[in-house]
Amino acid sequence: MASALIPEAIHYVVSAFLILAVIFTTIRFIRGPTVADRIVALDNITTIIIAALVYLALFYGRYIYLDVALVSVILGFIGTIVLARYLEAKHE
Amino acid sequence: MTYEIVMVISEYLGYALIILGSLFVFLGSFGLYRFPDVYCRLQASTKSVTLGAMSLSVGVGLVEINWFVKGFLIAALLLLTIPVSSSYLTRAAYKSGAPMWEGAVVDMYAKVHLEDLEREKEE
Repeated sequence: MASALIPEAIHYVVSAFLILAVIFTTIRFIRGPTVADRIVALDNITTIIIAALVYLALFYGRYIYLDVALVSVILGFIGTIVLARYLEAKHE
Repeated sequence: MTYEIVMVISEYLGYALIILGSLFVFLGSFGLYRFPDVYCRLQASTKSVTLGAMSLSVGVGLVEINWFVKGFLIAALLLLTIPVSSSYLTRAAYKSGAPMWEGAVVDMYAKVHLEDLEREKEE
């Protein structure tokens, strides 16, 4: 599937990098020895999803995906803060 | 004519930024996989993945020049929110007692942490 806005070679390179990043983060999420490791991996996956959404907005030529990414930034921030509060209160 | 040349230059600059950004995202995630303890992993995940996502957003804004404002806004929001949440997460990981790597040399937060614990006991 080709896009009018992105050359095909660049599309292959960028998708390969993003998919490998998600795979490595998922391995860390499964193997992580502590709870903190898993929360860091979740935070990382949120950022990768934001990057992928911004890239897909260009690939499909749809402006609305940028709004989804913008909301996702704020939701990821709130989610990480909530999980960190849970981790901090659990051990006191 | 000048306008067209500027458009072509910004388009190729945008492609370069997109490839560079995805490379940084990949390298940060590889660091998250390879590093030995939570704090090193937080450093890899926070710094390079944030830089990669910001670079990718600005690159998308440069390729499609009408979207530049929104791409730049996403980059600015990432720059504002991720350092805050990750520093909070680091403190929470320290308080939850996540172990350091055995080769770690310095622990500057230990003194402050002990003082906090003593103050809580007095209260």
